[in-house]
Amino acid sequence: MITASPKPIKEIIGLVEPYQKILILGCGTCVKTCFAGGEDEVAVLASALRLGFKKKAGSIQIEEMTIERQCENEFIQEAAAGVARNDAVLSLACGAGVQALAKRFVKDVVLPGVNTTFIGIQERPGIFTEECSGCGNCGLAVFGAICPVTRCAKKLLNGPCGGSQKGVCEVNPDTPCAWHLIIERLTALGRLDSLRTYIPPKNWNTSLSGGPRKLIREDHIL
Amino acid sequence: MKAFSRLHETLSRGEFAVTGECGPPRGANKEVINKKIKLLNGFVDAVNVTDNQTAIVRMSSIAASAHLVAAGLEPVMQMVVRDRNRIAIQSDIMGAYSLGIRNILCLSGDHQKFGSQPDAMNVFDIDSMNLIRTVRNMRDTGKDMSGFDLDTAPQMFIGAAANPFADPFEYRVIRLAKKIDAGADFIQTQCIYNMERFREWIRLSREEGLTEKVYILGGVTPLRSAGMARYMKNKVAGMDIPDEIIKRMDGVDKKSQADEGIQICLETIRELRELKGVAGVHIMAIEWEEAVGQIVQQAGLK
Ligand code: SF4
Ligand code: SF4
Repeated sequence: MITASPKPIKEIIGLVEPYQKILILGCGTCVKTCFAGGEDEVAVLASALRLGFKKKAGSIQIEEMTIERQCENEFIQEAAAGVARNDAVLSLACGAGVQALAKRFVKDVVLPGVNTTFIGIQERPGIFTEECSGCGNCGLAVFGAICPVTRCAKKLLNGPCGGSQKGVCEVNPDTPCAWHLIIERLTALGRLDSLRTYIPPKNWNTSLSGGPRKLIREDHIL
Repeated sequence: MKAFSRLHETLSRGEFAVTGECGPPRGANKEVINKKIKLLNGFVDAVNVTDNQTAIVRMSSIAASAHLVAAGLEPVMQMVVRDRNRIAIQSDIMGAYSLGIRNILCLSGDHQKFGSQPDAMNVFDIDSMNLIRTVRNMRDTGKDMSGFDLDTAPQMFIGAAANPFADPFEYRVIRLAKKIDAGADFIQTQCIYNMERFREWIRLSREEGLTEKVYILGGVTPLRSAGMARYMKNKVAGMDIPDEIIKRMDGVDKKSQADEGIQICLETIRELRELKGVAGVHIMAIEWEEAVGQIVQQAGLK
């Protein structure tokens, strides 16, 4: 999933302050799963904002709505009337959802209400970890299904740096060293020897450094 | 075979080589370099010039290395892949060679999180393994990474780092083999305080035939105080300082701790010289360059 975390309430107040009527629009997929932008978070944020603005003269109106997925036009359509009724949309979807709204509602103000963080998983209840950076050329087969491009702080492809100690990454004692995990796993699979193979420089062309990417599926173009 | 540098020549003669270290200043003051040059000149075969070490912004290692060349002291220019993409890397290597720099040490680099500007974006376009390979390919094929024929390819003596004290231990020898395969001619190790573990690493490397293929220089850093020993043990990534060493430093009064540190260093060097597969010593006396001359002389190295 795409993970996100709520923006601080102070920052949100600053973003919506210029507007009278605000639609807080949640998304029922990834950001719901990571407790950043589903119905529940929309409701919590709405009450916090109502409370925050109560002290001020000239009250603002807040409408709450959550759609299944803000990154798909089919669902975005359901929000059209709500968007039209308000001065601004505060989207609790990931950055893709916010931009999908902006593409669909060209004349409306769309504001981000969360900080989109990464592609990851919920490792344990309440703990989310980054697993993939969408590099466009997956090499997981070589690395025992553990991604060093994403999970090694130095993106090393040919083994751990000199700072790996006791299984922990030198950059953050709360993070396991990805290379330690790779070696452990390949050892368990009896494939440690595969790490003797030299991995050439990565082609970043398929990644973000080639500019925004586009995925074309001829067979699905209408 | 022709030697690529004086350090290469020394090592290929089978002489026990000594390298030192020089950290460029946090500023543009050339005099800081000149002072360090004076302290080191005559005591060492070559001097590593660090590249924004611990991710603290300093004078570039290329420029500082060029100052060493001008003073007749041979530099080992360190280069990290943290701050440069492959385009800048190749370009800097060519520039360095044109300035008379003949040794390079290829490193990943300390993460910027530890430095003075943790908000910086890192690069890590290629890893240190591929940096080694790039320098080797330029030298041996005369081509850059795109396969373009260079007008005068840089011909450098290529070094890499190894940390026998990092985990997972068994993998460390595989990694060394991989670096040699990539083109490393010499290796400088992390500071040795845990002799037992170092001996084990050298033994495994010998068994794999690696010590025949590469010159290994054991890293040493004289401890200046018990406080410094404790700091290095707890705060410096990849450092292994056994408790006995800390106890030994604690055991003497503050005034004599620096002497004790030098004694420990001399004992380590003595052991390294006896060890089959060790070709030299790399003395990293960080901001204590005065100690290098004393250590080299008392160890009878020069
Ligand atoms: S190699 Fe690329 S696609 Fe595969 S997990 Fe890593 S970042 Fe994602
Ligand atoms: S400690 Fe491991 S994960 Fe961290 S930078 Fe080094 S190799 Fe990568």
